[in-house]
Amino acid sequence: MTLNRLVILGAGHAGFALAAAMRQAGYGGSVTLVGDEPGLPYNRPPLSKAYLGGTDHEETLHFRPARFFEENRITLLAPERALRIDREAFKVELASGRSLPYDNLVLALGARNRSLAIPGSELTGIFSLRSAPDAAGLRAALAGARSAAVIGAGFVGLEFAATAAARGLAVTVLDAAPRAMSRVVSPETAAAIQRCHESLGTRFVFNAQITGFKARDGTASPGDRVNAVRLADDTAVQADLVLVGIGAAPNGELAEACGLEVSNGIVVDNGYRTRDPAISAIGDCAHGPTTHGHARSHRLESVQNANDSARRLAQILTTGACDAGDPIPWFWSDQGKMKLQIAGLGGPNDATVTTGSNADHMTMRFRGGRLICVETINRAGDHMAARRLIASGIGPSLAEAQAGACDLKAALKAA
Amino acid sequence: MPRIIFVEADGSEHSVEVEAGTSLMQAGVANDVKGIVGECGGSCMCATCHVVIDSALAADLPPISDDEEEMLEFGTAERFEGSRLGCQILVTEALEGLKVKVPG
Ligand SMILES: Cc1cc2nc3c(=O)[nH]c(=O)nc-3n(C[C@H](O)[C@H](O)[C@H](O)COP(=O)(O)OP(=O)(O)OC[C@H]3O[C@@H](n4cnc5c(N)ncnc54)[C@H](O)[C@@H]3O)c2cc1C
Ligand code: FES
Repeated sequence: MTLNRLVILGAGHAGFALAAAMRQAGYGGSVTLVGDEPGLPYNRPPLSKAYLGGTDHEETLHFRPARFFEENRITLLAPERALRIDREAFKVELASGRSLPYDNLVLALGARNRSLAIPGSELTGIFSLRSAPDAAGLRAALAGARSAAVIGAGFVGLEFAATAAARGLAVTVLDAAPRAMSRVVSPETAAAIQRCHESLGTRFVFNAQITGFKARDGTASPGDRVNAVRLADDTAVQADLVLVGIGAAPNGELAEACGLEVSNGIVVDNGYRTRDPAISAIGDCAHGPTTHGHARSHRLESVQNANDSARRLAQILTTGACDAGDPIPWFWSDQGKMKLQIAGLGGPNDATVTTGSNADHMTMRFRGGRLICVETINRAGDHMAARRLIASGIGPSLAEAQAGACDLKAALKAA
Repeated sequence: MPRIIFVEADGSEHSVEVEAGTSLMQAGVANDVKGIVGECGGSCMCATCHVVIDSALAADLPPISDDEEEMLEFGTAERFEGSRLGCQILVTEALEGLKVKVPG
């Protein structure tokens, strides 16, 4: 069937990028972008970085001004929530009561933060960070706080920790795991990052079992202000501001309810299609095949993945195929003066070679002797070189790296 | 407010007023200048805000940091005389009339 009515659910990174890429690819039919957040689509990474620590207006987060949507004939319905997909009738039911017909439907629904269901979670001063209003609330709270606890030593938590420490707050980072960023970086890189945070005065508590939050008088009635985080060993960590950053879960309910397969995300093939040929999924909510990393399939939460999946799907929808190979995953995180960058995907049993110091660190990860992932701190050039070396499979081997061949920029220039 | 002139790859010009303190990337995005994307939101990570500035005015610009230098060297398709990352340049009154080219 020819594509004339494209409906995209979710107006975040992936949804916006797809709408823009479809027009760039010359698609002439209608594009309707449905998002449940108010306002224009915006960029999330600054929420835990420059925007959090600065004074920028919310408009600086927008991908494009309103004019762009008009000029490109992208109909943005926001705030508007999709409630149900009727696959037989090729229609989406919206919360406003409207029903949107589609030839092709793309799910770009993102993920939502996991919450902690423990006593005291309703106290004021306990935050989660995903949206622009979340960041505005946290920014305002930062101004009056003297101490902060961060639950979860992941990217968002550590970015916030660095901002809070720079503001002079006493910061404690708590994590149930035995080290920082245990799921996403090697122990070597995690240790370097931990040392940098410690040099800013931040304290880490690992293997932490958090049992609840309490207010100043020891109670935890909703509406009271948080004063401390309670741990299983009966100790408490003082905090008048708490950020919970314990990861996110994909928004798969709409897909599940209409009978599509959902397993840690909406399951798609290597062309982003679900088992309904008229429905695709991209970005944080999609789980698809990969040639990178350990597993045969994965779900990524990153700007790179949102953009690459959007661009590739636009090409598939407009030409029937995609000429680019499986894109190499990359990621970054700004934590105070540290710029952490990751090219490729590592796994738990990779052999590693580490060079540099804390402030200028690089860990290369190898599988079967082949370079598959490079983690760097403040080494942008090595990171960019690593992306190209890994993508073309020409990085130094484990044996070469162990023998001292760690100059990736030189390796790229020589290739 | 200083006026900045963006020149798109096909030669079309956009003359826009930009509040001081805004980055050239933010100004390009807000005024819908083609070719300025800002994928990483200004973290000096993506080079999709690559612009080329008339080198005669280079002295009025903030110096290139180590990070920006490496991104220009290894992150752009081609580096030109006057190549900069737009997210690393905050507009000031001194930049009134600056011409900013977006490479193709
Ligand atoms: C604080 C923070 C910092 C981050 N920092 C980085 C970083 O430094 N580097 C990096 O690579 N990535 C970072 N990320 C991750 C990155 O932002 C995401 O991977 C990216 O936004 C994913 O795009 P998406 O379109 O899949 O999802 P989203 O951008 O989350 O968009 C999904 C949209 O769909 C909406 N939606 C959901 N259900 C419905 C419905 N039923 N109807 C209508 N709309 C609906 C959601 O509200 C949301 O607006 C960060 C994320 C956060 C929250
Ligand atoms: S916006 Fe990404 S490098 Fe400038």
